[in-house]
Amino acid sequence: MKQQGQFGVYIHWPFCLAKCPYCDFNSHVREGIDHDLWRDAYLRSIDHYASLVPARQVESIYFGGGTPSLMVPETVEAIIDRIQQKWQVSNDIEITLEANPTSVEAEKFRAFREAGINRVSLGVQALNNSDLKFLGRQHNVKEALKAIDIARENFYRYSFDLIYARPKQTLKDWQEELERAVTYTNGHLSLYQLTIERGTQFYQDYAQKKFVVPGEELAADFYNLTQDVLEAHNLPAYEVSNHARAGDESRHNLIYWHYGDYVGIGPGAHGRLTMEDNKFATREHRSPEIWLERVAEQGSGVHPFEGVPPEDRFVEALMMGLRLRDGVSLLALEREAGQNWQDFIDEDHVNQAAKEGWLVHQDDCLRLTHEGLLRLNAMVPYLLRERRAQPAVVAA
Amino acid sequence: MSKPLEHIRNFAIIAHIDHGKSTLADRLIQTCGGLEAREMTEQVLDNMELEQERGITIKAQTVRLTYKAKDGIEYQLNLMDTPGHVDFSYEVSRSLASCEGSLLVVDSTQGVEAQTLANVYQAIDNNHDIVPVINKIDLPAADIEAAKKEVEDVIGLDASEAIPCSGKTGEGIDDLLEAIITKLPPPKGDTEAPTKALLVDSWYDSYLGVVILVRVIDGTLKKGQKIRFMNTGATRDIDRVGIFTPKHVMLDELGPGEMGFITAGIKEISDTQVGDTITDEKYQCETALTGFKPSVPMVFCSFYPIDNGEYEKLKDSLSRLALNDASLHFEAESSQALGMGFRCGFLGLLHMEIIQERLAREFDLDLIPTAPSVVYQIYDMKGGMTELYNPVDMPDPTHIEHIEEPWIKATILTPDEFLGGLLTLCEERRGSQIELTYAGARAMLVYRLPLNEVVFDFYDRLKSISKGYASFDYELDGYAENDLIKLDIRVNDEPVDALAMIVHRSQAERRGRHLCERLKDLIPRQMFKIAIQAAIGGKIIARENVSAMRKDVTAKCYGGDITRKKKLLEKQKKGKKKMRQYGNVEIPQSAFIAALKMGDEK
Ligand SMILES: Nc1nc2c(ncn2[C@@H]2O[C@H](COP(=O)(O)OP(=O)(O)O)[C@@H](O)[C@H]2O)c(=O)[nH]1
Ligand SMILES: C[S@@+](CC[C@H](N)C(=O)[O-])C[C@H]1O[C@@H](n2cnc3c(N)ncnc32)[C@H](O)[C@@H]1O
Ligand code: SF4
Ligand SMILES: [Mg+2]
Repeated sequence: MKQQGQFGVYIHWPFCLAKCPYCDFNSHVREGIDHDLWRDAYLRSIDHYASLVPARQVESIYFGGGTPSLMVPETVEAIIDRIQQKWQVSNDIEITLEANPTSVEAEKFRAFREAGINRVSLGVQALNNSDLKFLGRQHNVKEALKAIDIARENFYRYSFDLIYARPKQTLKDWQEELERAVTYTNGHLSLYQLTIERGTQFYQDYAQKKFVVPGEELAADFYNLTQDVLEAHNLPAYEVSNHARAGDESRHNLIYWHYGDYVGIGPGAHGRLTMEDNKFATREHRSPEIWLERVAEQGSGVHPFEGVPPEDRFVEALMMGLRLRDGVSLLALEREAGQNWQDFIDEDHVNQAAKEGWLVHQDDCLRLTHEGLLRLNAMVPYLLRERRAQPAVVAA
Repeated sequence: MSKPLEHIRNFAIIAHIDHGKSTLADRLIQTCGGLEAREMTEQVLDNMELEQERGITIKAQTVRLTYKAKDGIEYQLNLMDTPGHVDFSYEVSRSLASCEGSLLVVDSTQGVEAQTLANVYQAIDNNHDIVPVINKIDLPAADIEAAKKEVEDVIGLDASEAIPCSGKTGEGIDDLLEAIITKLPPPKGDTEAPTKALLVDSWYDSYLGVVILVRVIDGTLKKGQKIRFMNTGATRDIDRVGIFTPKHVMLDELGPGEMGFITAGIKEISDTQVGDTITDEKYQCETALTGFKPSVPMVFCSFYPIDNGEYEKLKDSLSRLALNDASLHFEAESSQALGMGFRCGFLGLLHMEIIQERLAREFDLDLIPTAPSVVYQIYDMKGGMTELYNPVDMPDPTHIEHIEEPWIKATILTPDEFLGGLLTLCEERRGSQIELTYAGARAMLVYRLPLNEVVFDFYDRLKSISKGYASFDYELDGYAENDLIKLDIRVNDEPVDALAMIVHRSQAERRGRHLCERLKDLIPRQMFKIAIQAAIGGKIIARENVSAMRKDVTAKCYGGDITRKKKLLEKQKKGKKKMRQYGNVEIPQSAFIAALKMGDEK
């Protein structure tokens, strides 16, 4: 359940060597990046946020992207140092870096460790070369496995990502790939179903029917299979797409799902900050160039903060919390909103959903079952009370 | 000073839809210098956004052109571009009444089509001289001789002097202009007689107020003149006189034989009556012109705002549209399931679709339309008759002696190869054949059909069976008794007003089954299973289920995704507003709309 006062820092590095066709992250391909300029901008931004929310203890730092393994280790080190100067940090702070498993980047792992990184998350995505090619990746299987080796040598904690439910992939293909993948893990694995995101190359290709992706039924089978295989290996899902051995969960991501506070620094980064009991959503300029310019001019690239009203706090916390195997604490939700949970959630629907076997309501905890989790997107609006005026006329 | 009559020509351009009327009008305007090249857009007369987008003409349009002919004389040409679709034949008939001649445009790659026929017969009824124009000769598939032969064989017009041309490239336009002045007659009229003018059309313009399109028969219309509308009895002072070139150009007066517009401080279009005779208040003419038959709505459906708060807005919007569309009828109505709305009458399905689209687009209204229906005549046991406009209002069958439905006479022109399929279609739709003849390379099929069978999806089916080659036109042909029943659609046991329809008993099962199947495909899966049924009275005749959703969870959701996810949720919630609740399921209205729109093609 939610521990109070969790606090993390997210650093977004917005550059990649090439744009993957499925990716809708804020990532850009640029030549001639001035690393000194970027380092200074991150450092100034840290100063900016530290002055706004000074008295917090940092539990986690996460370098995400884009491809942060393209950063120079000196920048990473300077950022970690500055965070440690500006905030108190916890003794067992988790400092993760997302890395793409090309040989060039793997060679830098040692330097990243020396810079203070203690966990890496590798974007392996697939364990066969034809799918890697389809996914537009810069590495092959051999390189990826080598990168995992190097990660293991350098970091006690590492994880990697795979994307499944690919076009033409069969359940059997995936099962074999998954069994193989498990042998390279050490306590954590992220498994994402391929999502066709608006604005990506795949979105166009898919619209033009250049490939098909599994429909709802097959997608559900893929998901169920994934759960079965990983449970058998003691890597159950602690969140929809994240699997870990007990105790090896990503602490950083848990901050998001527990609706804790986090600073988001770098182009397009988002944050949530509680200040004097008010919650604010923060958002930085998406364009790398504009972000740099704003930081240089104003000390930060953030847009004006947006207040998150109580109802939204409740909804956001519910939406995130229900993704977790352990569910969400209704008490924590009430604390977020300062109101009874029944003001927002329709108790009849909770009972109905429980009867259908979609959720368990026990003590102060609301937890989705496996079947419920599968339907999460529809479940959230179903559970929420219609707050705005109902249409006046309903069918007779 | 107005032109001498012999230097004026008034003509309409008539054709089957897409044969190139509007494009040809563009070329004529351009050639006569009405617009500079840089001002030319395509189909300049189609100035409604919808007209431009769909490439169809909805409103007839008038332009005055100045043409310096080979004989050295400058002629005044008044051109009317008319809609080609059957739904708007009423617009055509009014245009024809104000001209002396027509250009009959025939696409040289298509030949004569059903609306070519319908329109040309109207022109003949109006005693028009007709110049056949064989268009689109720039196309490789153009066959000028075959098109000419069809004009002769099918219509019976002499086509030996038909003008071949291309509205696209401008080829033949000069010959066409010469033909207009040499082959079409000048208007008749008397400058000295008391003013007599035909009110051809009127519409609301946000700058000018109500604009009245007129054709002067005798005398003149002048700025400042006090005029009388003979039918309505209203009197007004003319405050503006003008023409379209197609730009608005103000003049001092319009003389006999001329066309143009006036404004007279009129605020509401309902104060004008299309077909009325305008005369001078002081020196009145003796007899009024015959005017026009009023338009008769053929197809009815109701519109309900999805958001019940938008009822007033819908009312205002319909009134605004009716300002420029005398054929649109509407009347307030309320439905148990759908709340307050309007029962609307249209000329046909296209007209209905266009109005719906304009309401959505120009007025930002989200509407639930009900299934299109025709007007039934219900005879009760006491011999009384009531007209039934909405299937929902159908009385209990025990109170009904018999029901009559409207029939039409349909003319279909089709290439031979599709004849079989079209015969089957007509038979399926309870049609009875009146005539089957061969006209040129094509078959001409005349059928008597219940209108009810046509409003639904007949036109789409006809197009699909004939790969778009067959054309179709119809006219009303009386009422006849039949075995008609009300078919209900239920979702999770609740009847859906919007989908109730009256059908012939023999069609009920097929319709019901297809509609259930359609809905099954159109209603997105939800948390709970959805049962869809078609029923006659208490008897279920078809059923389908939408199975419950199994998986919809999104794979990734991190810090940056919270805002995005919440927006999605808000969209979902907003979407809910556009849904109707049936038991524990919500049906997006778009599903109903799509179900109604789609044919029952398997
Ligand atoms: N190639 C060619 N296309 C034409 C010609 N005239 C019209 N079109 C095309 O035919 C279509 C229908 O033209 P339009 O003027 O809107 O026809 P309307 O429905 O009769 O007004 C449009 O796509 C025009 O671009 C022509 O002379 N040659
Ligand atoms: C921020 S991205 C990782 C960035 C890193 N540059 C990489 O490509 O490895 C985090 C993970 O999200 C997953 N992901 C990104 N786009 C996805 C999509 N459209 N569908 C499914 N998973 C996706 C990938 O597994 C990716 O590794
Ligand atoms: S998936 Fe990773 S490497 Fe590929 S474009 Fe996105 S952020 Fe860059
Ligand atoms: Mg047109």
